[in-house]
Amino acid sequence: MIQDSGMLKHSLQRLLGLIPTLLMLVTVAFFLIRVAPGGPFDSEKLLPPEVEANLSARYHLDEPVLQQYFRYVGQIAALDFGPSYHYKDWTVNELIAQSFPVSLTVGLSAMVLAFFVGTLLGIAAALRQNTRTDYSLMGFAMLGMSVPNFVIAPVLILLLAVYAGWLPAGGWDWSIAYMVLPVITLSLPAIAYIARLTRGSMIEVLNSNFIRTARAKGLPESTVIRRHALRPALLPVISFLGPATAAMISGSVVIERIFSIPGLGSYFVQGALNRDYTLVMGVVIFYGFLIIILNFLVDLVYAWLNPKIRYDEKR
Amino acid sequence: MTKSAENPVLDPFEAALGVSDVKGRSPWEDAWHRLLKNRAAVYSAFIMAFIILLVIFGPMLISWESDFTDWDYTSSRPSIESGHWFGTDAVGRDILVRTLEGGRISLLVGLVATIVSLVIGVGYGATAGYFGGAADRLMMRAVDIIYALPFMFIVVLLMVVFGRHIVLIFVAIGAFNWLDMARIVRGQTLSLKNTEFIEAARACGVGDWAIIRRHIIPNLLGVVMVYVTLTIPQVILVESFLSFLGLGVQEPMSSWGALVSDGAQDMESAPWTLIVPSVFLTVTLYCFNYIGDGLRDALDPKDRL
Repeated sequence: MIQDSGMLKHSLQRLLGLIPTLLMLVTVAFFLIRVAPGGPFDSEKLLPPEVEANLSARYHLDEPVLQQYFRYVGQIAALDFGPSYHYKDWTVNELIAQSFPVSLTVGLSAMVLAFFVGTLLGIAAALRQNTRTDYSLMGFAMLGMSVPNFVIAPVLILLLAVYAGWLPAGGWDWSIAYMVLPVITLSLPAIAYIARLTRGSMIEVLNSNFIRTARAKGLPESTVIRRHALRPALLPVISFLGPATAAMISGSVVIERIFSIPGLGSYFVQGALNRDYTLVMGVVIFYGFLIIILNFLVDLVYAWLNPKIRYDEKR
Repeated sequence: MTKSAENPVLDPFEAALGVSDVKGRSPWEDAWHRLLKNRAAVYSAFIMAFIILLVIFGPMLISWESDFTDWDYTSSRPSIESGHWFGTDAVGRDILVRTLEGGRISLLVGLVATIVSLVIGVGYGATAGYFGGAADRLMMRAVDIIYALPFMFIVVLLMVVFGRHIVLIFVAIGAFNWLDMARIVRGQTLSLKNTEFIEAARACGVGDWAIIRRHIIPNLLGVVMVYVTLTIPQVILVESFLSFLGLGVQEPMSSWGALVSDGAQDMESAPWTLIVPSVFLTVTLYCFNYIGDGLRDALDPKDRL
């Protein structure tokens, strides 16, 4: 493959291009917190000046702002988010290490569910284009896109947990029963979006010349779809996976709160309400890095799958 | 027959066709006809108009004040006799009035934040696309960088740092939502600026800014209109998301998100407190999405999803 060297160069360029984005994220987060009114230790009790000086020294708040900034960037580069302002005895890293696996489990399950169910529904609608099946599937998809998940979640809890009593209304113990409702709620908007995307691109692909050729060869319809139509039709879905991850991460914040799941999103909201600056900043940067890097990987996969892409092309 | 007198050349054709005034249809008229054929979009537009009127005038017509606490009817179910047609919440406030007044905030946020993103996005995108070259690369690189930031989290960060003021909500949401608009507008401008009529304008000595204002922007209207209709529900969703988390508008002000959040607290004893604002919010988002879809099909028949 001659293309490989071009692809490698392209990937490296893109990887270097991530640095300003990451730096910008850290800078925005840092200076936003600096201009925030009220320090982290403005509690009800007035602290004796010596204690306050000690605290300031411990958190390096007595240094000039620029020095603090460079210290912070260096810290972040070493992936150290510092101590939590609110949860004493905990560092932000420990909080993330403890809660992120929970969020990851829910998020990944929702993503896998959304991908398979979404593409299947989209293909089904495309194959029955402009029939009643198609219209009702797309109507549901529009509903899934329009109903916010913080509306779906309480309604599902009310129906399936409170009235029917089939599933727990919230909580977490790593068992399937506690995962069903959060995962379904989190995946619904993505299912809807992926179904619409798949339907659109599938219809386009099915009308193209190479599919007509495949059919003309006398291939059975199922083979035509599996062997020829599926890959090009899924390309837009692949490129949607980046934004989908971002949407799911913000969705998880709400979902975790509603279902009382001790994930990173719950800590984030709690931190925002407690003005736990280091924690909020740590989560913003952590999730920011995650989204940026996932987008990068999705781009690479897309480029790898799409024969039409040109590496010298500037978007 | 006035037209044939002015333009006698057309006369034989008109006579042959059996019509006197042949009227051409502008692309806008075509689009309008296509839109009217889209039933989902038309119904959505009617429902949306009804909701907007209800939200504006409803609270004036209902005798309850939104902050009046009716201690005789706390968490009372919907009934005609008590006068609380859609029930009351845990402290006896009328759900319908609260929902309608919350709707004012939700729709206002949707409108204002969309206008903010519209103005920034169109200006930025049209400028980058029109001038091209190094300026374009630099401007779009900046958009790429901001685009990759986790928008929702930064908005929450802004709310934490600056307190939850409603103007800040407009600005924070608008300040991030213009990115899509800028990208779309830039793409369109790039393809527009090489067309003959722009060249003709330039040949006539029209200045750059006049070309952008008089020729580029009017031709972007279609795309922008579609995008605006799709941005409004997004913004409403973001605001209700924030309010749901307790980071958006604060008491005594309310919005649909805040009301859904309150309702979710009491849903076991008083499910109507959850259902009424949820229905309003959902129907609104649904309608906007359908109108946006209809507009996209009508204005840009190539790009149907």
